[in-house]
Amino acid sequence: MAASPPNSPDPSGSPTSPAQRRAVVVGGNRLPFARAGGPYAAASNQDMLTAVLDGLVARFGLQGEVIGSVAAGAVLKHSQDFNLTRESVLGSALSPQTPAYDVQQACATGLETVVGLANKIRLGQLDSAIAAGVDTTSDAPIAVSDNLRHALLKLSRARSVGQKLKAVAAIRPKDLAPVPPRIVEPRTGLTMGEHQALTTAQWGITREAQDTLALASHTRLAAAYDAGFFDDLVTPFRGQTRDQNLRADSSLEKLGTLAPTFGVKLPTPATMTAGNSTPLSDGASAVLLASDEWAAAHDLPVLAVVVDAETAAVDFAHGQDGLLMAPVFAVPRLLARNGLTLDDFDFVEIHEAFASTVLCALAAWEDDEFCKTRLGLPGALGSIDRDRLNVTGSSLAAGHPFAATGGRLVATAAKLVAERKAELAGTDADRPVRVLISVCAAGGLGVTAILEAA
Amino acid sequence: MTDTYLNLVNSGFTKKMAKQLGLPRPAPLVRFQAGQPLVRGPVLVLAAASSGTDADAVGKQLLGWGLDVRRHASAGDTFGAVVLVLTAIAHPDELAEPVLATGATLRSLARGARVVTLSRVATADDAPAVAAARHGVDGLLRSLAKELRGGATGNGVQLADGVGVDAPSALGALRFFLSARSAYVDGQLLTVDTTAGTLPEDWDRPLAGRVAVVTGAARGIGAAIAETLARDGATVIAVDVPAAGEALAKVANKIRGTALQLDVTAPDAGDRLLELALRRYGSLDIVVHNAGILRDKLLVNMTPEKWAAVIAVNIAAQLRINEQLLVSGEFTRAPRIVSLASTSGIAGNRGQTNYGASKSGVIGMVRATAPLLTAFGGTANAVAPGFIETDMTAKIPFASREIARRASSLQQGGQPVDVAEAVAFLASPQAGGVVGRVLRVCGQNLVGA
Repeated sequence: MAASPPNSPDPSGSPTSPAQRRAVVVGGNRLPFARAGGPYAAASNQDMLTAVLDGLVARFGLQGEVIGSVAAGAVLKHSQDFNLTRESVLGSALSPQTPAYDVQQACATGLETVVGLANKIRLGQLDSAIAAGVDTTSDAPIAVSDNLRHALLKLSRARSVGQKLKAVAAIRPKDLAPVPPRIVEPRTGLTMGEHQALTTAQWGITREAQDTLALASHTRLAAAYDAGFFDDLVTPFRGQTRDQNLRADSSLEKLGTLAPTFGVKLPTPATMTAGNSTPLSDGASAVLLASDEWAAAHDLPVLAVVVDAETAAVDFAHGQDGLLMAPVFAVPRLLARNGLTLDDFDFVEIHEAFASTVLCALAAWEDDEFCKTRLGLPGALGSIDRDRLNVTGSSLAAGHPFAATGGRLVATAAKLVAERKAELAGTDADRPVRVLISVCAAGGLGVTAILEAA
Repeated sequence: MTDTYLNLVNSGFTKKMAKQLGLPRPAPLVRFQAGQPLVRGPVLVLAAASSGTDADAVGKQLLGWGLDVRRHASAGDTFGAVVLVLTAIAHPDELAEPVLATGATLRSLARGARVVTLSRVATADDAPAVAAARHGVDGLLRSLAKELRGGATGNGVQLADGVGVDAPSALGALRFFLSARSAYVDGQLLTVDTTAGTLPEDWDRPLAGRVAVVTGAARGIGAAIAETLARDGATVIAVDVPAAGEALAKVANKIRGTALQLDVTAPDAGDRLLELALRRYGSLDIVVHNAGILRDKLLVNMTPEKWAAVIAVNIAAQLRINEQLLVSGEFTRAPRIVSLASTSGIAGNRGQTNYGASKSGVIGMVRATAPLLTAFGGTANAVAPGFIETDMTAKIPFASREIARRASSLQQGGQPVDVAEAVAFLASPQAGGVVGRVLRVCGQNLVGA
């Protein structure tokens, strides 16, 4: 290990111009995603985050390496995990001198972590970074009720017997029931599925269209596994070698038999089922980011460049936009800033929170009126044909451990563009190969990004 | 897994009982540890009258290694090793004097002592008496090894004509057999074919600066090989099927190597190994074909799938990977291929026609592959493990397992590291003169000797 402080910009060199310096994706690693209460039921966020970091370290031979920063997050986090990422780094094969911090932006945590670290690399503040995310719905934190908490805190401050008795006497039997985390929007009290059911109805997305998208997710993910696509993206964990939710033998008939779970009280027909919605999942993912120089100095490959990113938010509580529609607003701004259209992308990766989330976004971008009035565009943004959308499957098949989805998407996307670029070698080698990534999140948030083959 | 019987007969009351009952009493073997003395006591060098010059050269070399070398036994000596130099014998009559002198020392050998013969390979071109004398060493050594107790072993180095006792591989093999690295190698004669190979700068890190690939590295013998090569200084790329990735990552992180999740039967496996090694470490020097599977069935019940799977993984994949490495033009820096055979491939095993064919195939493969590498200072050899204590052998039913353990001169199963030590030796620069051979690591198993 060099004696100089890790990842400090070379003091002898001239300051790096942000325009010249790129942030690149070297590779990624994730655990196979598992269903809640499944094989990872006894694994904590720290167990999984440590394992996914160790798998990444093993893949790229980074044992004892000082990485510039590791940033990671979890959506469902125990209060004791206030330093989750740093603790995981200390338990990993990385150098204990590797700094770390936690990030949290609901389901966009993983992608936002990539964006933030990539920006630091572009600025010259970091030479290398690991963006990671983890979530367990099996080992979710369970809190005590507010009344019990207040009473206990009062008790701990009490000095006299009288004060102590008074504090204890304030506890009512109903206060003793534990409070598990709820997947509901604090401002509306509706679950994410019920919110999406409203949007699905608003855009008139059919059950058949949703099931077709879900089926494609399963068949494409299974085919990608069979082709060995994930051999250098996934490391098995606790006996699980593929995503537990994956149903390689799924069919429209089987999906069609499932009863609707969301929107059953709406006046419109309920179309959202367990088959076209993501299940609660456990898992972790990590992405190795670097400057070109760091990757070259470590003789590591460079798959893709992190080009740009855009975040949007919608007023789902009072406005007319669906909870998960923010990416619809972010993408046009991202494209305009980079002078691109939807046709300039070889691949589009849209996180499948629900099949209808993806379909609503596609419908909105194809809608002249919506694009004119809400997005301020001259007309429809355009359409995305299905053979470049989620080509190796997405969350409906893989599962969706909230903060781990962004890392899964970025590593997959980077490998896709790198492989396409390699295929073009000799024929159309200079053509840029790009992928658009979009992740919706609770709170009406949406983070989007562009990667380009390096 | 733990050998309970071995522990019982070596401790406390049960030790005394076993002694009185005359039960077999396997001795705990001493394994290699950095910093331990090469040999556990003085080394006695004995020689046939005709072989005195070679014996002097060997003695000088042993002195150079810092050993306490004696040419005569005196009363009260406890020897750590006896080296018997028979390189120039021309008639079986010449054996009597040095062999009987060796016999006189056997009662006073240290625990874990070594008897090593140095002789020459008998060929059809030799005069009949010369060939008889040379080949006689074979039966002598194997019988002597069966008489040794207390974890002592007997092995021989057989030199081809034109290869001196000071050839790198002659010295390398002699040192390997003297050291604790060969703890579970017993009753074996290793041939040194040529004067190729180089002595390492540092005998404790002979693989420094070398880049190695180990297949099937997630568990058992493969994991031990990866760890042993790394201990000897190599940079290791640990390979196993994607499904074994969790254990593989742990191995890679332990030895500061790289984990590659790759099925060796992939059509481009060799190219992918080479690409990773060149890009990440600039070279590929050592390939250890350890990945192997079992699909046991009596031939009468054998299915096409079980037959094909074993052939595909255990031998066809190795052939394809070797071919891709050879045609690449990049596998030229004194390359080493070490392949895992099996005593089942030598002696055969009921229910293992597929496995036996694949492992015997490995023996044929290295014999024909090694000559293709010698132009680059390279070689290919095989290691044939006997009964090794692994997850695989732990599944053998109790009675069969106990029989398999005791059916060797060392009366116990070997450890994965014993196989790994033999692989590390054949992968080393000092093994360059061993061309297309098979080294058994079996404690002199009674099967297939």
